[in-house]
Amino acid sequence: MDSASAPFDSALFPEGTKRCQLRWFIVWLGILHGPLMVGVLAAVMCWGLALNVTYLNNNFPFGLWIAADLGVIALGAGAFFTGFLRYVVKIDELKNIVNYAVVIGVVCYAAAQGILGVDIGQPLRGWFIFWHANVHSMLTEVAFCITCYFMVLCIEYLPLILENRQINKLGFFHGMAHHLHEAMPTIAAIGVFLSFFHQGSLGGVPGVLYGRPFAFREGFLVWPWTFFLFILSAIACGPCFTILITWITERFARKQLVKRNVFDILAKISGRLLALYLVLKTMDTIYWIAVAGKAGAPFRSFYTNQPYGYWVLVMELGILGVIPMIILLNKRARQNENLLILACILNCSGIFMNRWIMTVQSLAVPVMSFDKFVSYHPNWVEYASTLMFVWVGVIVISISYRYLPIFPQEKELNPL
Amino acid sequence: MFPFAFEWVNDPVHFVFMGSLYTVLLCLVIILHYCGIRAFLDVICKKGGNGHDEHH
Repeated sequence: MDSASAPFDSALFPEGTKRCQLRWFIVWLGILHGPLMVGVLAAVMCWGLALNVTYLNNNFPFGLWIAADLGVIALGAGAFFTGFLRYVVKIDELKNIVNYAVVIGVVCYAAAQGILGVDIGQPLRGWFIFWHANVHSMLTEVAFCITCYFMVLCIEYLPLILENRQINKLGFFHGMAHHLHEAMPTIAAIGVFLSFFHQGSLGGVPGVLYGRPFAFREGFLVWPWTFFLFILSAIACGPCFTILITWITERFARKQLVKRNVFDILAKISGRLLALYLVLKTMDTIYWIAVAGKAGAPFRSFYTNQPYGYWVLVMELGILGVIPMIILLNKRARQNENLLILACILNCSGIFMNRWIMTVQSLAVPVMSFDKFVSYHPNWVEYASTLMFVWVGVIVISISYRYLPIFPQEKELNPL
Repeated sequence: MFPFAFEWVNDPVHFVFMGSLYTVLLCLVIILHYCGIRAFLDVICKKGGNGHDEHH
């Protein structure tokens, strides 16, 4: 590309890469700001007019926000797990996707905290959970770990910013990026520690509700089995989400950014973990059916109220579990790009469905003989304020892709 | 919550829970400062610029 036709901001692009004209990029960001502003309006309504502008009520204090929160945190597990595989297990090929996994992780965890900021209604009192900590609460542990892990992700994201072509010319920033890269195994190990506990504790929260037989599980020491199932399901779907977002980015960029052997490694690991998760989840479900039945809560009682019929179980474990597992475990199937992306979509949808079931359906199932089944459907305020963070995420990813050296193989795969 | 806050109780749960939080925060602060000081020393000793290998 000659200098006359080069975009105005081309000096900021990663070396040897091509990007669209600046005006088209600004138009793209402008389009994203439309739905984003609707979300901002919804969030301001929640803060200004309180949560009665939503469809949350005393039956459903946990609704779309909490289900989405748990979902994006599980999807963001690709960041810590890819970091773990790259820096601790030392799978060298993953260096070609770990940067992007970090960007996706930052977006997911920022979204989770943003959603919570709207959900708590009074974000100015958000610091109460740190200062007036209830040390016996799994939710306190989750708040601590998510906040600390978000800091870890920001530190992992920092060297990417410092490696921008112009910033990196400054000696201090160049050195800082270099030394942060050297410290990355330690930072990744801290991230694994934090992620293990907050992913698990998010599962522990429904698992310890002994008044709700639909969610309650026995377990190991203070941790119910849902603690371990949540960790396993998160690391089984996180890599799939990384593959999915990378593939979508490639479609928008109209070029290949990562070699397919990198996808294959992540897909294979994801498939094996998903298989292990499904085996343990099935065992847990069978044991739960037996134990809950003896305790006076027969299995059919959980699935008598529509829309939460038996189809929920079939969909979660079968269509959104077994099918992606078969595709991801079969080498020929996962090397077919269309099938691989289908498996990733099903796997990620399965995680969202599981989180919805463990929060919203748990609250929907009546527990007392005089309880009536009440259904819950989010309203536009909840949808808009949740989707707001999707648009923010797309903006962050777009800017990061344009200006930061995220994909080490891009130059090799797309010579100018 | 610090040990001098009125809500603090001297029991193992408080020490483990809050101790873990402050340990993690301390580790992150130390790592950032270590990298910053090393980078500053590199600049002072004129080792900065293109002297480092590429990392990913």
